[in-house]
Amino acid sequence: MSAGITPIVMPKWGLSMQEGTVVSWLVEEGARIAVGTPILEVETDKIANAVEAPDPGTLRRKVAQAGEVLPVKALLGVMAEASVSDADIAAYVSAYVVPAAAEGDEEAAPAYAYAEVDGIRVRYARRGPESGVPVLFLHGFGGDLDNWLFNLDAVAEVAPVIALDLPGHGQSDIRLPGASIDALAGFVVHFLDQQGVGRVHLVGHSMGGAIAARIALSEPQRVATVTLVNPAGLGEEIDAGYVQGFVHAQSRRELKPVLEMLFADPGLVSRQLVDDVLKYKRLDGVEALLGQLAEAVFPDGRQAQLVARGLSGTEAPLRVVWGREDRIIPAAHAAHAPAGARVTVLEGAGHMAMMEKAGEFNALLKEHIAG
Amino acid sequence: MARKISMKQAINEALDQEMARDPTVIMMGEDIVGGAGGNGEMDAWGGVLGVTKGLYAKHGDRLLDTPLSESAYIGAAIGAAACGMRPVAELMFVDFMGVCFDQIFNQAAKFKYMFGGKAETPVVIRAMCGGGFRAAAQHSQMLTPLFTHIPGLKVVCPSTPYDTKGLLVQSIRDNDPVIFLEHKNLYGLEGEVPEGLYTIPFGEAHVVREGKTASIVTYGMMVHRSLEAAAALAKDGIECEVIDLRTLSPLDIDTVLDSVTKTGHLVCVDEANPRCSIACDVSAQVAQRAFGALKGPIEMVTAPHAPVPFSPVLEDAYIPGALQIAAAVKRTLAGGRH
Repeated sequence: MSAGITPIVMPKWGLSMQEGTVVSWLVEEGARIAVGTPILEVETDKIANAVEAPDPGTLRRKVAQAGEVLPVKALLGVMAEASVSDADIAAYVSAYVVPAAAEGDEEAAPAYAYAEVDGIRVRYARRGPESGVPVLFLHGFGGDLDNWLFNLDAVAEVAPVIALDLPGHGQSDIRLPGASIDALAGFVVHFLDQQGVGRVHLVGHSMGGAIAARIALSEPQRVATVTLVNPAGLGEEIDAGYVQGFVHAQSRRELKPVLEMLFADPGLVSRQLVDDVLKYKRLDGVEALLGQLAEAVFPDGRQAQLVARGLSGTEAPLRVVWGREDRIIPAAHAAHAPAGARVTVLEGAGHMAMMEKAGEFNALLKEHIAG
Repeated sequence: MARKISMKQAINEALDQEMARDPTVIMMGEDIVGGAGGNGEMDAWGGVLGVTKGLYAKHGDRLLDTPLSESAYIGAAIGAAACGMRPVAELMFVDFMGVCFDQIFNQAAKFKYMFGGKAETPVVIRAMCGGGFRAAAQHSQMLTPLFTHIPGLKVVCPSTPYDTKGLLVQSIRDNDPVIFLEHKNLYGLEGEVPEGLYTIPFGEAHVVREGKTASIVTYGMMVHRSLEAAAALAKDGIECEVIDLRTLSPLDIDTVLDSVTKTGHLVCVDEANPRCSIACDVSAQVAQRAFGALKGPIEMVTAPHAPVPFSPVLEDAYIPGALQIAAAVKRTLAGGRH
């Protein structure tokens, strides 16, 4: 890399992403850019999101044009300080070569692995540095570890990350260790034991937030910090129409409006996202399993257990992040967070705040685990 | 990542897993086991192209090698279905359907109607279809329109290994007769397929590629030719939406109408002969129900009204290709004046 020049490249959001479309630039050439500033918008077949600055600097050159489809790691733009000459930047752009395709990387270090815990085979991903307290990501009802596709790599820069598909979810076996938060929390603890993980930072989204809270209460000695994103377990309300719609939707037409409830910007729900969720839902046994889990955890359209309210008695620092426009679990529940919790409500985000406001969420999470 | 398997393996796996799950699923066909009754190796063939190979070892006499009499064993399969089994009959080439057509169109397709809705006929008839295999006029036809014409039959023609497994499982579990047509030139095509069982409902088209300039509506091997055309056209800034119908009966016309309403241009691509084809059917329904949305003439790309040639050169010219499809897109965009 040339001195003083920071390339902005096509990001890789999730394992299957190979190319992205440049939608539009959000800043002009010459603009000062702080870390986390959205620079340009990129769309994949799954979802659109903003590319953010890895380092502060000045945007000197837009290389990619709106509408262009480019491979992962292709050069999109160049940031540099004023001391770097235009000629140096031009030389850098013309000399830039897109690094070899990720195919070899995947051979060397598979992104996903499988483990059998309590007789249930689950898929998981582990990335980041060898040492340090790992950060465990727990997705919500009907989700999978790809819900964290904008977060895992960002957090892996500072700490080891682990994410799994909970039993009955994603590409894990379609079986539950028991239809309850307690049973799922117990399973996750056994998973950590098997992975040789002692102390851990917990991050839980939605139902995964309630699971994280249960683990923090039952295993306080191993939990370093807790971060809850749009969590279950702080109030009774939950949108019963969403839960039932997600469980029972049979077709793309039925499912799309249900998934649109997850985001402040329903335009983020792409055809591919709907197809991916349908692929999961169409596996034999998934609908019955989700129905059973919903009946146990959200009976009669209410949350059965307010497990996260009990966290006031624990020592692990607690952060709560919520999307203001959450239509599934109201952001007003953040007011029930235990005393001492650091609460942030993000504007312009819905239930999937960690996807919709990934940059802000990642910054909050990194700050929290740094202590 | 789900693992990748071929379409042929996807068919084998769907049959294997459904036979393991449901004891009423049986198979009948010519040489689907191979070697049975002789002194040779049992399970030697697994069908003319080896699709059912290995199933006899797992499921034994629930796979029946039949005499070379389609009218006998297709009739037997339909009768077994009427008596509570879920037979899957393999007809080898769809071109042979003629000798057992009474059993299919005048018996199986009519039972529910003739018996006051009280009879169910959960039979699946699998057959290879389509050209490009150098197999000449009597083993290369795309006869989807013949079956689609008949009320009481469901007609499936998948384009990917994922769809093949999910639609075949759905076909076996469906309570009506299903004609399941497998393009023999796609048998080697590989794709990601979940290891477990899953179903894809009938009557749901798949939008394989999104675009706003023109809609290409197709199925089977033509999905891949259409995607080639769409990729080439995209370089000229022409963004085609490619719709894989997946099932021809029932037909997901709503997805087609939504797409044409968005793009204003329709190109129907069908490997079948042109008269009374799937392309004609879709074109007519769109002309009737979305005429106001059309900004150019509907184009059809089909095989010619002639038997499939044996000469490789002629056969290649006979089967619609990406260049013809791209030209048809440009014709409708030019208002038919191209």
